[in-house]
Amino acid sequence: MVDILNSLTLLTNYIIIPGLTYGSQLALGALGITMVYAVLRFSNFAHGELMSFGAMSTILITWLFQSYGLTFGFLPTALLAIPFAATITILYCLATNSLVYEYYREKKIDPTTYLIISVGVLFFTAGLIRFIIGPDDRKFNDGNRFILKAREFKELTGLNEGLAIKTTQGITIGITICLVILLFWFLNRTRTGKSMRAYSDNEDLALLSGINPKKVVIITWVITGILATVAGALYGLDKSYKPFIYMYLVLPVFASAILGGVGNPIGAIVGGYVIAFSELIFTFAYKKVAGYLLPESLAPTGLIQFLSTDYKIAVSFVILVIVLLVKPTGIFSGKTI
Amino acid sequence: MIFVKNLSKNFGGIKAVSNASLTINEGSITGLIGPNGAGKTTLFNVIAGVYPPSHGKVFLENENITHLPPHELFARGLMRTFQIAHEFSSLTVRENLMMVPENQSGEKLIDIWIRPSNIKKEEAEITKKANEVMDFLQLSSLANEFAGNLSGGQKKLLELGRTMMVEPKVVFLDEVGAGVNRTLLSTIGEAIQRLNRDLGYTFCMIEHDMEFISRLCDPVIVMAEGTVLAEGTAEEIKENQSVIEAYLGTGQKNKKLR
Repeated sequence: MVDILNSLTLLTNYIIIPGLTYGSQLALGALGITMVYAVLRFSNFAHGELMSFGAMSTILITWLFQSYGLTFGFLPTALLAIPFAATITILYCLATNSLVYEYYREKKIDPTTYLIISVGVLFFTAGLIRFIIGPDDRKFNDGNRFILKAREFKELTGLNEGLAIKTTQGITIGITICLVILLFWFLNRTRTGKSMRAYSDNEDLALLSGINPKKVVIITWVITGILATVAGALYGLDKSYKPFIYMYLVLPVFASAILGGVGNPIGAIVGGYVIAFSELIFTFAYKKVAGYLLPESLAPTGLIQFLSTDYKIAVSFVILVIVLLVKPTGIFSGKTI
Repeated sequence: MIFVKNLSKNFGGIKAVSNASLTINEGSITGLIGPNGAGKTTLFNVIAGVYPPSHGKVFLENENITHLPPHELFARGLMRTFQIAHEFSSLTVRENLMMVPENQSGEKLIDIWIRPSNIKKEEAEITKKANEVMDFLQLSSLANEFAGNLSGGQKKLLELGRTMMVEPKVVFLDEVGAGVNRTLLSTIGEAIQRLNRDLGYTFCMIEHDMEFISRLCDPVIVMAEGTVLAEGTAEEIKENQSVIEAYLGTGQKNKKLR
């Protein structure tokens, strides 16, 4: 019995909690991509950099707050900074929209060209970020580091294995739940959300029903800006902020969006968690778990690991390839929101 | 009401509409007929602001509306339906109808937070209106069905219902009767006549069913090869030689349009 509890603790500590955290970050990112795809009808490769931009803004504002001695008690100061950072990111999104995307939207350019344009925005944004904050690694997490420490858990339960929950993990999961509920409420209950869904569903009819396309586009960018900032800042808080990492993060984020069915918000969320959990499940070493569960004579000598953690990112691509082969529209056949 | 002056629209080398001029009088149900490829739908699209015209102008009550985008034309009381019924497939029938009235207070994000009671009141009114429209069109049993699941004929009814959610000045109906059975067609016809008589809507409709046209429309405008060929009552049109030629080709002059 104790062995089973020990192995469950191990799995919770190394797979379930990190999976929920990483999955939430991917889901928020994928939601942003999906919103842009559904309403503006292009794959926004610059989304990773938007997340980076949001995280950078959060850091700068956090520093500003800290220099005035403003902190958020046991929670990270960054949480106070996120609303301001989101505002900055929204302004940046709207600037790229009116300077770049709108011109091409009026020309009714095809989605492939749009994709390349978004790559252009990606590189510009990446350059801008390096110009502002530099390429170095930044840590901006303050407040308490743990909600539950491994040692406390061991003392509390008397198990061999510890369970640690980092503050950032708790915050990530909590904020994601709130934001997702808010987003779905917005899309399904408010008139503006419904007109966004209508525009996404049938653009011609929406225009002829008096829905102002400019307004829909602006609101989409506002939502995208908020999602990108929160996703980027949470990822940065959880790991640490490296400007370059977001260019790679955008790949599993895209995989999540496509896996769930691009354009479908529920799909984006499910996709995020599926990708996160499969990465962890396939790269976790089960040696200790097997040690607890199997009789001593059968205890394994190897690590019992499917793949080395170096191949973590490859897992998402294998899943992506399988999805594209078996069901190209994704789990929840996407396209509209 | 609507005045179209020397309108042309080219797609590459194809002249879809060339130098067409026509007038739609207030309070009329104007029929627009013509063989396939005569430019009827293109004309509708140009009037409704979907395409800019290559040449020419469109006026609504003496205001030049030629280059206005569709949602602003909507605000001025111009509505249209589509040849192939359009709907918001992931919204329910009721939500499709409730989508129509513009400038609802729920659109302002601030109001959602500070004046939720206003929005509730307004939405209750719009819901009531939507329910009335669904009753009128016998769609009530489908109120909570996703519009994407409706049959072709039901989607046509929904299109007509959409025009009833607001009080438009002029409604353009693009083959509202196509693919609709006789019973439903007479329901639609009656609805159009009632809207025209009781609420004073002006209609302009593309139709192929001559019987339907003669019952509803006065005047009837005939288009062929992108231009206006003839105009008159349904009876006059049926007798018109050039119209018969346009429909049946030359050498068949003795045959009449049925």
